Amino acid sequence: MDLNYTPEELAFADEVRQWVRANLPPETRDRVLQHQHLGKEEQVEWQRRLHARGWGAPHWPKEYGGPGWTSVQKYLFDEVLSEEGAPQALPFGLSMIGPVLIAYGSQKQKDYYLPRILRMDDWWCQGFSEPGSGSDLASLRMKAELDGDEWVLNGQKTWTTLGQYANMIFLLARTDPAAKKQQGISMLLADMSTPGITLRPIITVDGAHEVNEVFFDNVRVPKENIVGQPGMGWSYAKFLLGHERTNIARIGRSKAELARLKKIATEEKADGVPLMETPGFREKVAAVEIELMALELTNLRMIAAEQSGQAPGAEANMLKIKGSEIQQTLTELMMEAVGPYALPYNPEAREHGWKGEPIGPAYAAPLAPDYFNYRKVTIYGGSNEIQRNILAKAVLGL
Amino acid sequence: MDFNLSDTQQMLRDTAARLIRERYGFEERAKLLASEDGFSRKMWATFAELGLLGVEIPEEHGGIGGTFQDLAIVLEAFGRGMVVEPFIPTVVLGAGLIRAAGNEAQKSELLPRVAEGGMFLAFAHGEPRSRYSLTHVETTAKREADGYRLDGAKAVVLGGDCADRLIVSARTAGKTSDRDGLSLFLVERGAPGLKIRGYPTVDGTRAAEVMLVGVRVPGSALLGPEGGAFPFIEQTIDRGIAALCSEAVGNMQALNEVTLDYLKTRTQFGVPIGSFQVLQHHMVDMYIAHEQARSMAILAADRADSTDAQARTKAISAAKVQIGRSGRFIGQWAIQLHGGIGTTMEYSAGHYFKRLTAIDRTFGDADFHLTRFANVPSPSGRGSG
Repeated sequence: MDLNYTPEELAFADEVRQWVRANLPPETRDRVLQHQHLGKEEQVEWQRRLHARGWGAPHWPKEYGGPGWTSVQKYLFDEVLSEEGAPQALPFGLSMIGPVLIAYGSQKQKDYYLPRILRMDDWWCQGFSEPGSGSDLASLRMKAELDGDEWVLNGQKTWTTLGQYANMIFLLARTDPAAKKQQGISMLLADMSTPGITLRPIITVDGAHEVNEVFFDNVRVPKENIVGQPGMGWSYAKFLLGHERTNIARIGRSKAELARLKKIATEEKADGVPLMETPGFREKVAAVEIELMALELTNLRMIAAEQSGQAPGAEANMLKIKGSEIQQTLTELMMEAVGPYALPYNPEAREHGWKGEPIGPAYAAPLAPDYFNYRKVTIYGGSNEIQRNILAKAVLGL
Repeated sequence: MDFNLSDTQQMLRDTAARLIRERYGFEERAKLLASEDGFSRKMWATFAELGLLGVEIPEEHGGIGGTFQDLAIVLEAFGRGMVVEPFIPTVVLGAGLIRAAGNEAQKSELLPRVAEGGMFLAFAHGEPRSRYSLTHVETTAKREADGYRLDGAKAVVLGGDCADRLIVSARTAGKTSDRDGLSLFLVERGAPGLKIRGYPTVDGTRAAEVMLVGVRVPGSALLGPEGGAFPFIEQTIDRGIAALCSEAVGNMQALNEVTLDYLKTRTQFGVPIGSFQVLQHHMVDMYIAHEQARSMAILAADRADSTDAQARTKAISAAKVQIGRSGRFIGQWAIQLHGGIGTTMEYSAGHYFKRLTAIDRTFGDADFHLTRFANVPSPSGRGSG
């Protein structure tokens, strides 16, 4: 047993670090580290630089433009990018619809969409959830009916993250209303500019416009925009969500946030004593740090098992449960660290390009909104309760 | 990075697992607990025959010259069986101290006897007023013409009631909480002035209160440098903690298995109680608590013999916090999920819980180590690497 990275792995991490330092625009880095919202152009530009280096899709097979890395290399890549303040890759194209098209898409779809995802020519969004479906995704009601050479879509989607920037949506719709719940669902692709699609912002408690409702009123999309076979959409969605969950632990990001928390709690003082030196706060930070150490090792154990040929099972769901709980604890401590400066509500301060005068320390403005925003992480991607159901069934046999 | 077991480790794992499975059932253990010694000397001889007592002892002293990670494999299996023989006091603490601090004469006299099963050891360090502090030593050792005179009291000495030889810490210099001025002495059982009051502990193992009133030892009883024992003491307790972590992981796994099995077989309202979602979620959290504890036990075993004291301390304390918290969580919920049966002496779950509880109280509990962790600066470099 050897818990250390090999010299080759360390050299790889170093190569990534040097490259990011040379290629990540400093203003983007600052915005990421200050928890500001990124602009669309900024996100696209970063993806293009990564792609130009051959690192645009770390998790894709080599033949479709992936770099052919080992699991450990992929893990290190994510971690170094988080440490260096690089934007989080948007999952919708790279981690969601991309892998589905690679596995199930038609040749034409692969040839057209995959290179566009790598270059981020398209901004994808996800149309799965509906009002009333939630974690019971299979209860969705949106309809797609074949009319000649076109599907006609009617219904509503919700929680569509960053849909306001998207020009493409992948969605689930019921194509066979007579079939039982999970059967009769198909996966379809639609251009967001198609007549009949309207988008309405949902403003969340943190004051941000991150999610949307999307309405479909007799929207006509070409017949070939179906993914794979009609009625198989549920299987593809499960495949897709499996990909989403592996990223969702976000251990690299949490490690970077922990370092930031310690820095803020050193600058913040109570009676002249840095908060980080007061026993109560210090021990709360220590507790989450230990949880995170344990989760990182648990993750590395799973990666090692995967690397030696064992298929990743439902054990990975535990990474989502623990990872999301740790993310929430970190945002909570971050907000606690600034004390009364958690109070000013100044949502503009998080917007791209804001140049105003901060209220209190510059790092304070996003912290309470982040705390509110992060309530979502134990809900999305299958709520933690659903994750526990899956683990109970698949791993414990209950 | 490599989490695979070596050939030696696989061999040790299989040997220890078979021994526990075939010879250390819950009923057999209950009989051992009720015996005079509270454990089985015959079982101890079997450990010796299988080489389990000499895992870390060098080959020239009759052992197999393995690493702490090798030993951790054995401890995990022992945790499953809730082994009551004084393995940690004798093998991890006692023999570990002699290996680290002893001179050639002491090593060649004592280590082979440990390996062959002919000697029990105990580390008498904690005192009635020290709680978990390692520097709080009031016991004194005064130099006399041909040796030392020891006076003081030692508290909750694990394995102390059966030890043939005690390793006693005492001050040859300095004030009560100084790091400097501590020395270690080998004290024979039966030495005049030495009083050992043995007793069972809550988890079924044995410990002792030890009184030293004018106990005289020769100069050759000094183990390690006079006045400079603290680094040895600290590392030995860290190794003891790493050992407890591995043991606890085996214990938690067994307790989770027993509980899961109960959820699948016990019926209420006409269905197995494991079909109730709220119980499933508790069981999943127990599963996660165990996996997290296992990760940290692996880290602790990896760092137990590290010469980088700061990195070692940080990892060991982090592991002890995780083991303490996971153990408490799993233990308490296991009893709850079992209902009344879990609270009875005749059923295993309560015994696992008691051992986990004892582990949390040994060598510093989760709160103590959370503070210790928070106070040690982060080692440079990566958290896991």
